[in-house]
Amino acid sequence: MSYGIVSAAYVAAAVLFILSLGGLSGQESAKRAVWYGIVGMALAIAATVFGPGMGNYLVVLVTIGIGAFLGMQVAGKVEMTEMPQLVAALHSFVGLAAVFIGYNAYLELGAVKAIMADAPSVLRGEGLATWMHENGITGFREKLSHKDAVEVAILKVEVFLGVFIGAVTFTGSVIAFGKLAGKVDGKAVKLPGGHFLNATAAILSVILMIMFLNGSGMWTLVLMTLLAFFIGYHLIMGIGGADMPVVVSMLNSYSGWAAAAIGFSLGNDLLIVTGALVGSSGAILSYIMCKAMNRSFISVILGGFGGTTGPAMEVEGEQIAIDAEGVAAALDEADSVVIIPGYGMAVAQAQQAVSELTKRLRDKGKNVRFAIHPVAGRLPGHMNVLLAEAKVPYDIVLEMDEINDDFPDTDVAIVIGSNDIVNPAAQEDPNSPIAGMPVLECWKAKQVFVSKRGQGTGYSGIENPLFYKENTRMFYGDAKESLNKLLTLIS
Amino acid sequence: MLTALRCAIKKGTETLKIGTPKEVFDGENRVAMTPDSALQLQKLGHECLIEAGAGANAGFSDAAYAAAGVTVVKTAAALWKEADIIAKVRQPDAAELKRLSADKTLISFFNPAGNEEGMDAAKKKGATVIAMEMVPRISRAQKMDALSSMANIAGYRAVIEAGNNFGRFFTGQVTAAGKVPPAKVLIVGAGVAGLAAIGTSTSLGAITYAFDVRPEVAEQVESMGAEFVYLDFEEEQQDGAATGGYASVSSPEFRDAQLAKFRELAPQMDIVITTALIPNREAPKLWLADMVAAMKPGSVIIDLAAEKGGNVEGTVKDQKVVTENGVTIVGYTDFPSRMAAQASSLYATNIRHMMTDLTPAKDGVVNHNMEDDVIRGATVTHAGEITFPPPPPKIAAIAAKSKEKPKELTPEEKRAAEAAAFKAATKQQVGVLAIGTVLVLILGAYAPASFMQHFIVFALACFVGFQVIWNVSHSLHTPLMAVTNAISGIVVLGALLQVGSSSWLVMILSAISILIATINIVGGFMVTRRMLAMFQKS
Repeated sequence: MSYGIVSAAYVAAAVLFILSLGGLSGQESAKRAVWYGIVGMALAIAATVFGPGMGNYLVVLVTIGIGAFLGMQVAGKVEMTEMPQLVAALHSFVGLAAVFIGYNAYLELGAVKAIMADAPSVLRGEGLATWMHENGITGFREKLSHKDAVEVAILKVEVFLGVFIGAVTFTGSVIAFGKLAGKVDGKAVKLPGGHFLNATAAILSVILMIMFLNGSGMWTLVLMTLLAFFIGYHLIMGIGGADMPVVVSMLNSYSGWAAAAIGFSLGNDLLIVTGALVGSSGAILSYIMCKAMNRSFISVILGGFGGTTGPAMEVEGEQIAIDAEGVAAALDEADSVVIIPGYGMAVAQAQQAVSELTKRLRDKGKNVRFAIHPVAGRLPGHMNVLLAEAKVPYDIVLEMDEINDDFPDTDVAIVIGSNDIVNPAAQEDPNSPIAGMPVLECWKAKQVFVSKRGQGTGYSGIENPLFYKENTRMFYGDAKESLNKLLTLIS
Repeated sequence: MLTALRCAIKKGTETLKIGTPKEVFDGENRVAMTPDSALQLQKLGHECLIEAGAGANAGFSDAAYAAAGVTVVKTAAALWKEADIIAKVRQPDAAELKRLSADKTLISFFNPAGNEEGMDAAKKKGATVIAMEMVPRISRAQKMDALSSMANIAGYRAVIEAGNNFGRFFTGQVTAAGKVPPAKVLIVGAGVAGLAAIGTSTSLGAITYAFDVRPEVAEQVESMGAEFVYLDFEEEQQDGAATGGYASVSSPEFRDAQLAKFRELAPQMDIVITTALIPNREAPKLWLADMVAAMKPGSVIIDLAAEKGGNVEGTVKDQKVVTENGVTIVGYTDFPSRMAAQASSLYATNIRHMMTDLTPAKDGVVNHNMEDDVIRGATVTHAGEITFPPPPPKIAAIAAKSKEKPKELTPEEKRAAEAAAFKAATKQQVGVLAIGTVLVLILGAYAPASFMQHFIVFALACFVGFQVIWNVSHSLHTPLMAVTNAISGIVVLGALLQVGSSSWLVMILSAISILIATINIVGGFMVTRRMLAMFQKS
């Protein structure tokens, strides 16, 4: 295949990727869109494999075969509640691959230089090309050999950046995976020195880059990688569990930028385009998540909540408990029900019970809907996927802005495993750490039931006045068990 | 140790016995325990006793009690002797108070403010007395607020009683025999009884008006389907929340305006129900003799404040009188007792909730916690001391004042605000574009052409990415992440280009990269497909 055909295939692949992302605007078009992505990817890989400058086909075949097999295994087995972990794990792969490819580019650059130094000065044009082929300068090396001094300098910057972003993405994603999978403690942990350590590591990396550009060699690249590994590790360790949606979207963005940086260093436009698409997608998701928490991106990444301006409002009253019979009776009388799921539902694996409850209530002619806060769960859109898996029809699953005005007309709101996203303090108490965060105004419903394990506060440690409201009843217990008990009372 | 302590609290008996005697007050039909409430009390670990025939007037037979596991005791004397906790309805008389002793607790209406000798007697005996009317008006205590339960019944019954004495329909009808106008009902005082009366009256079809000195209840009144009677009067009314949700005494000017309004309404009204009471005061006279005189013959007035002297001039306590101009004034004070079955079951439930709070561990052991606002507030004598009046509760009653509504913007202001926002957005966009252009120009001045070519591609791709991603539905964010994950596996291309290298190190690194990037691609796409297949429409 000639360069022209390969380029054409790349253009087609880039267009297909854009269509693939654009198709995600609706549930039905999305089912088609994913095929665009698959075809685009197949085109790109096929064009590269059968294009010029390839070698070691056996290695390619074996690695792709094993990779595809493992990928299928993972994708087939993963539980929907484990999606956040899976996404984080996949990000780490992109990061690691970017590090390796960056290394390779530099190693190849060195090899080309070494070989070219031996080139007989009498050779020109055709003759030089033939000589180069004989000395192992083919494919990627050939491309490198055409670069002049400025281009080599830029290549080095690109390689350095690609490796740096890739390395941060790698350890960051591994830690995010560990936290989401419960293998690493979910709490925010910082080493003594805090962000000072990160800043030092970043400054050292800049110094190393200048040394690298001045030809200090491979060790600067490796040392920088270690520093970047540390930054990725320390940055994500310092961010707590409920901020994970932002972290995962941010890592998604980084993995894209890493791919784009590698694309620059290899001079491959498809990599650049795809990397930019993924990078901007992740950036937008992070922005949406931050907006939904009314916090700046910086404050999330640096960890911890913003400073409060005064003492929090005193919460008055008491939490009144209710048993399954009481909830069943209220549901029996209600005409409209809104269910607000949160991460607690995923933890308790209660989505099937929720779905069954929804089905039974809908069969009785009640209007049952779901209200999803943008940051509910540990991944953007996590709740939607869980509910879809449990066969809750997607047209009754609504976004916060779509349903918030309907709460005053709602008979019963059921909060399952969410806390901060239904905290009225965000609106009522200007001193609250979450003041100004958009929340689901479920307390405006005639009655609110909160399914919760115990009386404690949520992740943020903020007292939730909702639990003390007059129209709120606490339905204590494990969400799944409570709901199953409730199901025995609702036929 | 623990058992010893428990026994001490239990005063040597195995389980506490809650007993309910027959009410001794003449004409009182209610009873403080029903078979239902007895079952619940037994769940708390208590044993229940009842005097033979105590529930007969409320429609609960001794057999029904026995079936609920209640021990039926023959005489009042035996019951008072045996029970540790006596729950009754009416304020105890002197004979009953004599039966108290140091180890007994009495729960009943007690009227502590007007019952000095009763409290003294109980104090001398060393008994604990919990007065049900003293339960503080906080949300937590609503379930044991017997005054509200009884007021609710009184309000309902007042309308029924009015209907009984009123010779016409409540609802308007057009029949073959002619048109019947709907009755007009005025309810003065929109407390618990007033609201219950409004509900009953509107559901019977009458045109219902309601008045209250607290303008903040207008919303509640209107939500019940009645029309709130507003006065042409400007005065800062004291917020009901400051006085525990009760109305307070109004100024003379206000009172004049109020009476003028009533005078205006009197000739139109068929039925007037007055429920205006201020705690510990004589009932205010609101419906004066001239208003009664102005009413049509056949009209009915129900004065629910008769117990405290009445709101209406001409009310005779416990009696029904007909005035010279044919207006019936009903001054009964025993409305709840006239609906004994309903009143008993609500009152018994209030008592049961009180016992739940007194028995927090549900083990039949009473913990008389004087730190608890509700228990402290209701207790009038305890451990040989008079504990009335209680200190103010720690928690303020009733909802705080509603916040001021945000000012409505005029159309001009709105347009101005929109224009300003548009200008700001334009300014911001132009600013960002200008800075971006300058940066790109600087970059272009130094970078070689080959780099700029790639850079253009990069910038455009970012742009396309931003435009496309904003349209992605929120519910598909997880699939979006999975699919971007898959396509970021495109780095495999880099590794593929390098794997042909003759250097073994480069080859191995590339091979690993190909392997993990392929996992990414295949895994990402497969899991996206799996997820998307789950999304189903109903």
